[in-house]
Parts: sequence; C-alpha cells; structure tokens
Amino acid sequence: MQYTLNINGAQRQVDVDDDTPLLWVLRDALSLTGTKFGCGMAVCGACTVHLDGRPTRSCVLPVSAVGSARIATIESLSSDRSHALQQAWIAEQVPQCGYCQSGMLMAAAALLSSKPHPSDADIDDAMTNLCRCGTYNRVRRAIKRAAGMPVEEQT
Amino acid sequence: MSSLAQNPARRAFIARAAASGFLVAFGDAFATTPSAHATSAATSLNGWISVAPDGVVTLLSNTSEIGQGTGTALAQILANELDLDWHAVKIDMAPVTPAFVNAKWREYATYGSGGVAGQFSPLRQAAAKARSVLISAAAAQWKVAAEECDTDLGFVVHASSGRRLPYADLAQAASHLPLPAQVALMPRERWRYIGRDAARFDIPAKVDGSAVYGIDVKRPGMLTATLVQSPSFGGRLADVDAAPAMRVRGVRHVVKLDDAVAVVADNYWSAKKGLAALKPIWDNSQASKHNSADYAVALAAGVRDGGTVFARRDSSAEKEMTAFTEAMRSAQKTMEQLYMVPFLSHATMEPMNATVRVGSHAAELWIPTQTQQATRDIVAKELGLPTSAVIIHTTLAGGGFGRRAELDFPLQAARIAKRTGATVKLIWSREEDMRHDFYRPAAAVKLTAGIGADGLPVAIRFDSACESLLVYSGGGASKAAAMPVDPTAVGELPGYYKIPSLLSVVNTIDIGVPVGFWRSVAASQNCFAYECFVDELAHAAKSDPVAYRRSLLAPDSRERRGLDEAIARSGWNDVAPAGHFRGLALVHANGSVVVHVVELSLADEHKVKLHRITTVVDCGVAVNPLNIRAQMEGGIAFGLSATFYGEITIKDGAVEQSNFHDYRLIRLADMPKIDVSILESGESPGGVGEEAVGPVAPAIVNALFAATGRRIRELPFSKAGFTLA
Repeated sequence: MQYTLNINGAQRQVDVDDDTPLLWVLRDALSLTGTKFGCGMAVCGACTVHLDGRPTRSCVLPVSAVGSARIATIESLSSDRSHALQQAWIAEQVPQCGYCQSGMLMAAAALLSSKPHPSDADIDDAMTNLCRCGTYNRVRRAIKRAAGMPVEEQT
Repeated sequence: MSSLAQNPARRAFIARAAASGFLVAFGDAFATTPSAHATSAATSLNGWISVAPDGVVTLLSNTSEIGQGTGTALAQILANELDLDWHAVKIDMAPVTPAFVNAKWREYATYGSGGVAGQFSPLRQAAAKARSVLISAAAAQWKVAAEECDTDLGFVVHASSGRRLPYADLAQAASHLPLPAQVALMPRERWRYIGRDAARFDIPAKVDGSAVYGIDVKRPGMLTATLVQSPSFGGRLADVDAAPAMRVRGVRHVVKLDDAVAVVADNYWSAKKGLAALKPIWDNSQASKHNSADYAVALAAGVRDGGTVFARRDSSAEKEMTAFTEAMRSAQKTMEQLYMVPFLSHATMEPMNATVRVGSHAAELWIPTQTQQATRDIVAKELGLPTSAVIIHTTLAGGGFGRRAELDFPLQAARIAKRTGATVKLIWSREEDMRHDFYRPAAAVKLTAGIGADGLPVAIRFDSACESLLVYSGGGASKAAAMPVDPTAVGELPGYYKIPSLLSVVNTIDIGVPVGFWRSVAASQNCFAYECFVDELAHAAKSDPVAYRRSLLAPDSRERRGLDEAIARSGWNDVAPAGHFRGLALVHANGSVVVHVVELSLADEHKVKLHRITTVVDCGVAVNPLNIRAQMEGGIAFGLSATFYGEITIKDGAVEQSNFHDYRLIRLADMPKIDVSILESGESPGGVGEEAVGPVAPAIVNALFAATGRRIRELPFSKAGFTLA
C-alpha cells in the first residue's frame, strides 16, 4: 500500500503493508534509525515518537492508523543538538548505552510541552520508559534543567 | 565478571587464543598491521597512538562501548601521559589483531570490569614512551639535550630558548626513533586529566538519534532476518514447511538451522510476518525437561548433601577441610542459613543482532559485541576461512552486561548469510532475546558459621549449588576448566572479613539451561548470601551491624575506611526520620570496594519505599569520577530490578517469560536518591562497571529486617510479597 506520511515536517511516500508498525516504516523504509526497537509491545518506550505532539509508542501503531497525523521523531528535535533537552542531556551526562534515550527524550519533550515546569510526580508519571543502564536519576535532573528548574546537586 | 580475573583455567584459554600480549607487540604494531582506521597521513608512534597532521592524536581502543564509558577514560589516560590538549584527542576501535589485546585478559574483548583496570599501566607506559620520542625528535632538531626539553599540551618546548614545536611536526621524525625501554611516567602533580570529570565522547550522538548501534547498520543489498529457536533448550528443528512464509510479501528465504528456523526478507516486518506463518516441528528427544520448582528442590538438596571442596590454588581439598575442622573446634555454637537466587536475564535494551557479509574469500561482521576476537575465530572456523579473512566492525551496543560476550548470534547470522548469499542483518525479537539468554545461574548458597565465645565467626563454610557457566558460555570452549568445580560460577570466597577459616563446597547441578556471565557474576549471589548472613550473625551476637562488621575488618583496610565513610555520609548514627530504617552491605570485587547504605520505609505492609542509597566506592585511582558515579547508579538500578522483580522460570525445559511485561525492570519512579562518594586511594584502578550490583539486595534485606524483623532469604522480593511502593 502507498502511504503519504507527514514526518518531521515533510511529506514522505512509502510503500508498505497496512499492518507495518510505524516503527518499522521509520527504520526500514525511511532510514530514520534514531527511533529504536526494544520490545514490540509498547512496554519499554524505546520507540517513542510524537503523533500530533502526543508521545506514542510506534512499535504497535500500524501505519494504516496514522492518517494525516504529524509525526515527529528524535531526528527532528533540532538539527544541531540545540534543543534544551538535548543540551540538558549532555550537561547531565545522561546516556550510558544510550539505546533507550531517543524514546526518553521524546517522552520528555512531550511532557515539557504540556507541563513546562513538571513536578517530580509529573516526571514519574510521564517517564515510564525502561532504561537498563539506570540513567533514571539523571533523566529526572536533565528534565528539570531543561525546564529551567533548580536541580539537586546529586540525587 | 569478577571471576574471570582469578580463574587460571579461563586465563589459560585466553592466553592460548591470543598470539601475544600487546606489551610485546606494540613497538611496531602499526607497521605490520595496516588499519582501515588510520588515515594515511597520520603517523603512528606505536601500536595504539597516531598523530595526524592537524595535531589530532588518535588512540586505538580494544574496548567496546556498551554503556560503560571506558573509551573516554582511556583517552584521559592517554592525554594525561602524552600531555595533550583535550580537544585534540580522538578514540577509534583498533583492528582485531594480537597487538591490540587487553593486557589483563590477553584477549580483544570487553568484560570483567577490565577496560581501565587492565590497561591503566600499559597505556600510561605506551603514551609516556610516545611522549619520550617526540621530545627526542625535537631535541635532535634543536641540537639540544632531551633533558632540557619538556612538553606542554601538544607541543615540545625548550624553555631556555623559548622554542616550541607541535607534535604533528615531530611525529614523522619521532616514528623512526626507537621507543625507550624505560620511561618516567607523568608525576601525580602534573596529572591534568586522570582524576578529573570528563564528558563522555559517545554522549552527543546519543541525544539526536545519530549514534549507530548494531541494529541500525545498513549495507548495500542487505536483507533482514529474524528467527525462532527451539523453545525447550536442547531441542532440534525436526521439520518446517517453508511455503506459508514464502507467500508473505517481501520474504526471500526460509533457512533451517539445527535448532532454529530463520526467515530472511526485505525488511524486519516482512521477516517477522513470515516467521509467524511458520509452524516448526521441534524434536525434543534430547531437550531439557526441567522445571524451576523441581530445580529449587534439587539446589536445596545440593547444598545439604555436600559436594566437591573448591580448594584455593595454593592448597588442597584435604588441607582446607582439615583447617576448617580444626577452626570449628573453638566454636561455641553454629548457625546455618540457606539463600536462594533465580535465573536472571541480561535483558539488554537492544536485542541481539549481527550483520554479516560472506564473500568467497572473506567475511565481514558489523556487530555490537563484547568479544571481537572469539567472534572472529568462531565465524572463521564456521566459514572455513583464515581468521585474518574475517573483519569485525564493532558498533555501539545497546547494553552488554555480559550477554554480548556470547557467540550464538554472530554464528547464526554467519550461517544465514552463507546459505542465502546475501548480506544479512539478523535481528532477534525481544521474545527470543528473553527466552534464549545465557542466564545468571539459579543458585543456592548455604552458609554455616562456627561462632566463638565473643560472638564472632571462627569459621564459615559455603555450600553452593548451581550450573556451570563455562559449560555454556563462549560456545563451551573452556568446558574442561569447569570440572569438577567451575570457579567462574561460584566465585572466590570473600576474604575481606577476618575469619580464621573459610571453606567452599560446590555441587554443580546441570539442567540444560544456558548460563553465562551476568554483570557482577558470582558476586550477585555470594554478596547477597554473605552480607545477609553477616547481618544475621551480628543480630545473633546482639551487636550492631556496623560495629560487628568493623570488628571483622582490619583497621587499616580499604573496606573499613569505605564502611566508615558510608556510615558518616549516610548519617547512620543519627536518629532516622520516623518510620525510616537503614541497612548496609559491602563488597570487594575486581580491585574495588563498594559500600551501600539503604534507607527505606514501608508504605504499607508489603510496599517498600526506598528513600536513599548512600554509596561509597574505593576504586583506587578514579580516572573519570563523573562516569564512575554513573556506573554506581547503573549498578544500583541493575541490582534493584534483580532484588524486587527479576526471575526467569523454566517449565518443560523452556523459559516462561517472554518480554518486559513478565520480566519486570524498575522504572524512573522506583529509583531512590543516590549519593555516591568516591574515596580516592593510591591503588591502581579497580573495576566500576559491575561492583555496585552485589551489595544492593543484601543492604535492602538488612534494612527490611530492621523495619519488620523479617528476613528475606530468597530473591526476588516479589516471592515474599514485597514490591516497590
């Protein structure tokens, strides 16, 4: 099937099966490999992208259900790592293996869009992505830093 | 993987596998080993180090980036000894040749917390020698004595005349000079980089999706494969009708392997759909038939019925048994406890994958691996190629933790690539990754102490029962070293407490479930058992857990210093907030000491709220404190998942779990505050990647005892009904 998708502000044509998850359309058909495959059942969040600004787990979303929604991937946060979250991620030295971090960043970006000054509870609720390396406390600090909130020295 | 270092059999195997150590070979490694990584204009000063015309100095590393940040630390060591401008340092993967083996393991591989610990001294030496020939080259040009010259951030300088030359201008001449046999290292007061926080080189590419992991590799004409393996361990593929998969759009091949069937397609989704259409028939006649419940009974019996005495190298079973029996004579009473741990999965976030191209005379792999040399060798053997014809391109890895030290997935990918004639990227589903790991062994550890009149142990006997790692890990290449006792599976006896006699008795009980090296290895069960048991001994002696441990630690020991620091940092001696309780545990592994103090409360009877973990680490020279803190946090998170939730169960020889919904990991909201302090010591660097894992569970058990009076002796806590609040 031919689909025209609105990805990172551009119209992109793909020819894929209807049931292909958006994740694999991004990775295999469009070479946007920043979005990662972790579990295939929307549990780990490594595949998180934005659909019309909402954080969405792309591994279980068939391309046929995307329609005209605006899709944003990690590659669209900025062209030069200048997004406040990317800067904060570097400043707090968040990633270890880094594999889950695209999803973390996209979940965090959606959180800050809806709540520019999130509480700890807001961060707990929004950041359900799995990280095996244990970067969680740094993720929390980096979100606060990007939000211009005070960051505890070491938590 | 603490035990590898101490295991002579494993080391001997590694020594056989590697032609020579890099110390022997580094003088002219580059001259004899042209590398695709070296730009033609760059000049090699020795095997590891080359200088480009623009002054950029490249260090060729043998250590995979699996999340632990070793590359940056190696660059710090290089920049420190070679006196470089930090912005002129680059790191790249070395070719897989004997010149570039890890000096400690004598193998091109990443494990055992040995990336820095094993290479600190040899790399300092190599860099200091490079600096020495650069100085000599400048001195010759200026016609002055080398002793009159010094270096300054990428320049050789002659102070009395004010002359300066950049390394880039001297590299060519320096490369023709013989490297000195002896060289002075940078004195500590001139250390610019070792011991300072350094931002990691690999992090920027990990915030914009541009970092390339194995799963992201793209090659011309590449096809994508996925597979299903026999659910029961040891089962074989009897038959499969390929037709239903071949009818799926995009499917190109169905490849039958001995114990698996793979579908090869234009993309992952087509391969996955093709695989779902297949109904493989498994021959389970030789497969494991075991169940976890029965195995737990067998393990408990295994530590009751005795086994093989695991004698230290300089001793014998008879001697150790005699010494133990002798020591026990002074015991006033004995105490015995049994501790149980389950199989655990590595569960790296990036599932196993490998991309392989097989040509008629050569093969190439693009692979997130911790074991380049063994991978090259086994693939060469499989394809009938000389090892020199197999090229390994190491990609970033989405986690390792020991899983990527295994050889199953590259071997499968090579077989599929050969059979199809295509460049193939094999990607495992999460389900395959969960069900076909090399698990942390399920284990029983029974501790028996003879207690003296002063309440302190006069002797402790460890009875361990579990499978052998070496029977399964690394394709079983070191299987012979596992008999009668696999030292990597049961680990060394913890020697940091002053106990007159320790005895280790081992029962290896095999049920056909593959086991391997899991972040912290045997410390993951031993530290749990030992540090819980010592707490129980303290309680029985009506002593405080800290005072009791202090009386067992030498006053000038690193453990005692670490313990005292953790007590001070955590406020242990202050009254805890209402409803808060504390527990502690410590470990000495891979040359490092780690102490955790946990503070928790109970939200209700079975909901544990972790407030804070105070961690003290003495890892000798702390090369990159910033990253050492991250590794402590990471080890704690790894330990927390295992403490509360981690459990792989077996039914009819197959794993029951399949994905993250039934193999639970902790989430951000579960993570307590963590306060890490690094106790600087003059010791040569120890490991930091694995050492924080072991003490997590016992520190929480001990805090929970303080809170409830109840002792948990079996992991995970979910078995006793406890979860995180």
